[in-house]
Amino acid sequence: MFLYLFKKLAVTIPTFFGVTLVAFIFIRLLPGDPVLLMAGERGISDERHAVLMAEMGFDKPILVQYGYYLADLAHGDFGTSIITKRPVLEEFATLFPATMELSICAMLLAILLGLPAGMIAATKRGTAIDHTVMTTALAGYSMPIFWWGLLLIIFFSGTLGWTPVSGRISLLYYFEPVTGFMLIDSLLSGQEGAFQSALSHLILPTIVLATIPLAVIARQTRSAMLEVLSEDYVRTARAKGLGPQRVIGLHALRNAMIPVITVIGLQVGVLFAGAILTETIFSWPGIGKWMVESIFRRDYSAVQGGLLLIAAIVMLVNLAVDLLYGIINPQIRHTDS
Amino acid sequence: MRKTKNLIAAFCGATLLLASMNAGAAGKTLVFCSEGSPEGFNPALYTAGTTFDASSRQVFNGLVKFERGTTKIMPALAESWDLSPDGKEYTFHLRKGVKFHTTKKFTPTRDFNADDVLFSFMRQFDPNHPFHKISGGNYEYFNSMSMQTLIKDIVKVDDYTVKFILNRPEAPMIANLGMDFAVIFSAEYADNMMKAGTPEVIDFEPVGTGPFQLVMYQKDAVIRYKAFPDYWEGKAPLDNLIFAITPDASVRYQKLKAGECHVMPYPNPADLEAMKQDPDINLLKKEGLNVGFLAYNTRIPPFDNPKVRKALNMAINKESIIKAIFQGAGTVAKNPIPPTIWSYNDAVVDDPYDPVASKKALEKLGVTDLEMKIWAMPVQRPYNPNARRMAEMLQADFAEVGVKVEIVSYEWGEYLKRSKDLNRDGAVLLGWTGDNGDPDNFLAVILGCDGVGSANRSQWCYQPFEDLIQKAKIVADPAERTKLYKEAQVIFKAQAPWATIAHSVVYQPVRKEVIDFRIDPFGGNIFYGVDLK
Repeated sequence: MFLYLFKKLAVTIPTFFGVTLVAFIFIRLLPGDPVLLMAGERGISDERHAVLMAEMGFDKPILVQYGYYLADLAHGDFGTSIITKRPVLEEFATLFPATMELSICAMLLAILLGLPAGMIAATKRGTAIDHTVMTTALAGYSMPIFWWGLLLIIFFSGTLGWTPVSGRISLLYYFEPVTGFMLIDSLLSGQEGAFQSALSHLILPTIVLATIPLAVIARQTRSAMLEVLSEDYVRTARAKGLGPQRVIGLHALRNAMIPVITVIGLQVGVLFAGAILTETIFSWPGIGKWMVESIFRRDYSAVQGGLLLIAAIVMLVNLAVDLLYGIINPQIRHTDS
Repeated sequence: MRKTKNLIAAFCGATLLLASMNAGAAGKTLVFCSEGSPEGFNPALYTAGTTFDASSRQVFNGLVKFERGTTKIMPALAESWDLSPDGKEYTFHLRKGVKFHTTKKFTPTRDFNADDVLFSFMRQFDPNHPFHKISGGNYEYFNSMSMQTLIKDIVKVDDYTVKFILNRPEAPMIANLGMDFAVIFSAEYADNMMKAGTPEVIDFEPVGTGPFQLVMYQKDAVIRYKAFPDYWEGKAPLDNLIFAITPDASVRYQKLKAGECHVMPYPNPADLEAMKQDPDINLLKKEGLNVGFLAYNTRIPPFDNPKVRKALNMAINKESIIKAIFQGAGTVAKNPIPPTIWSYNDAVVDDPYDPVASKKALEKLGVTDLEMKIWAMPVQRPYNPNARRMAEMLQADFAEVGVKVEIVSYEWGEYLKRSKDLNRDGAVLLGWTGDNGDPDNFLAVILGCDGVGSANRSQWCYQPFEDLIQKAKIVADPAERTKLYKEAQVIFKAQAPWATIAHSVVYQPVRKEVIDFRIDPFGGNIFYGVDLK
């Protein structure tokens, strides 16, 4: 198992360096620079432009800049935002719990609804239930997130008044963040109604962010289940007289989970991408919106630092998924070892 | 089923709680659905209006201020000022008894005085000042208003008198001092933070003399302020002020309708009709302090001929542009300054929309088969909400008079950079939003000879015009300045370095319970003086 983990980690490290390079180059490939954008219509003289670029170290050859960047990274320094002048790591740490909280809730919702929906569709193949589940999943997958979010706000918040429009908690509640996770902090605050308020603010963004992963998981579960259900060992289990619940729950599901887990792992990246729009619509103070604004403002430090941190998290999740394979199917672990 | 009902009841409860915000919070609380996060809380370091809303307009004061809702200069931390006969020395007499905010990190031991004025300006002016480099040390507004070259020295005469010595007479100086970058910081707070080894704290945990003091900021989520009880103009009618950061305009509108906020900026033009019909909302309206234009490159033939430019201007159907692009939230521009600025010359007659006359004039000038480029900005601005669409409409208008137009666009930074080029090919769509309500801020900056190759995108340097605006800079008498600027506008119209297209109309929806909110001509949101029913 340790050898397996070591091998997986060994693959992750060069990927991490690759990401540092891509993140560094990518933002510099975009036309324009932070000084020009900061000056706007007012304009800036070439001399002053050169002075400001030099002050930020952007006048040096790109390889030298990259070298400095790696050296800073080695010391745990992700740089300072050009715009806000705050350390990138500090900004990321402030905003990340909000994205994490929303992503966890969205992933839980997607798994809790997507898995059973896919299983039911597979076991009821060709029926109206199957068609309904698959059509809904296709609709969910194709839905533009921005439109879907606004539709939910207008209906549930505007027309029915059931849910708050946006934000993480009612402005009535005021407490210093402890963990950054609003559900936990609201409980810790001890203020009556704070937890319910935080929960109610999570509902619509969770639904919106979960929509695409939910559809993907449902479709993937269905096709994986269909494949497994046609295997000989499932037929044997049935022939032995096992009940359908035991056949599906014990024999079929476990093997069908391998591709499903792969998809779930990949959906973490999709969630971060979806978070950009969801966070904008619901005024959710997370890293998605922060990254987009940083790109627009050519905040090199924030973009390269943020991308790196996000990539590191996605890689860690995928590493965890790889390890999960081994737990679910020991054969994979032994083969890789 | 019972659980579902309970859940729905809980949601409704939460919403109702929001609706009864004023009753729940201690005192009167106004919620402003702001459009974004501030870059920081030191307005001297940044240029975005969002940052000014969160800092200078609530937390700080300057030596002078603009009367709320107007561009009229009023005394603020300076009670009065004198100007020397040569126009080069401004002596400010400071207000006594003005208190700074008390925070967790700072308890002031003295009132505001000349040391604070010196600290606030010398930090930006003197590269060797201990705070000059703190928090990046870029003072772009200070620099772009030429304060670096304008100021010779700033001298403390006594604790309540400060003298600004200039290198040249500059009539817009007082208006410059009303701008956001010119707010006053506490020198004592700065000293304390420097001693504590955390000088940058003054830029993120602001201490000012303003009507509201910062309580808490959560990036991209919320900014909380409370009224400063010892404010020198008297405590604000509101007890608490909250900025609920809501970047999407449609969501802001939903929040306003739901009573989750009281005031919102930048509504979607498409929502304006619904807002007008809403019984809970007052839709306020004011002409913006801006101008959108098409700047020809007056150094390149045939655009170096004012008659060609005038002929082209006659081909533009501005009314159609206002309807299609601004959806009513704009007015036709005939002058390079908006009507809200003093010295606006209403007697100037705009070029008529007359494609037939335009075509004839071009033919008479020998301009046939003309091909040109129009540059379309890649971003939305109040003075031009959709430059691409505007360029397409201009393309159609020019086609009618036989001019073939190619539309080009670049990334915003590149656009700004390339459009400054003296040999730029084509006419550029751009605009300008006023900083200080002074005509000089429009006419000298974007049409003066100093701006050629920079902010003056028409590369137009016309001596009779230049003489007038340079003279107006050094004349102190407002009536005399008005006369000079009015003359300058007549010359501008005759020479037509631009096609003036539009001034935006700013709409601001506020809930009916909000009392005396006034649209700021500078695009800001000021809450001192605002109350709730």
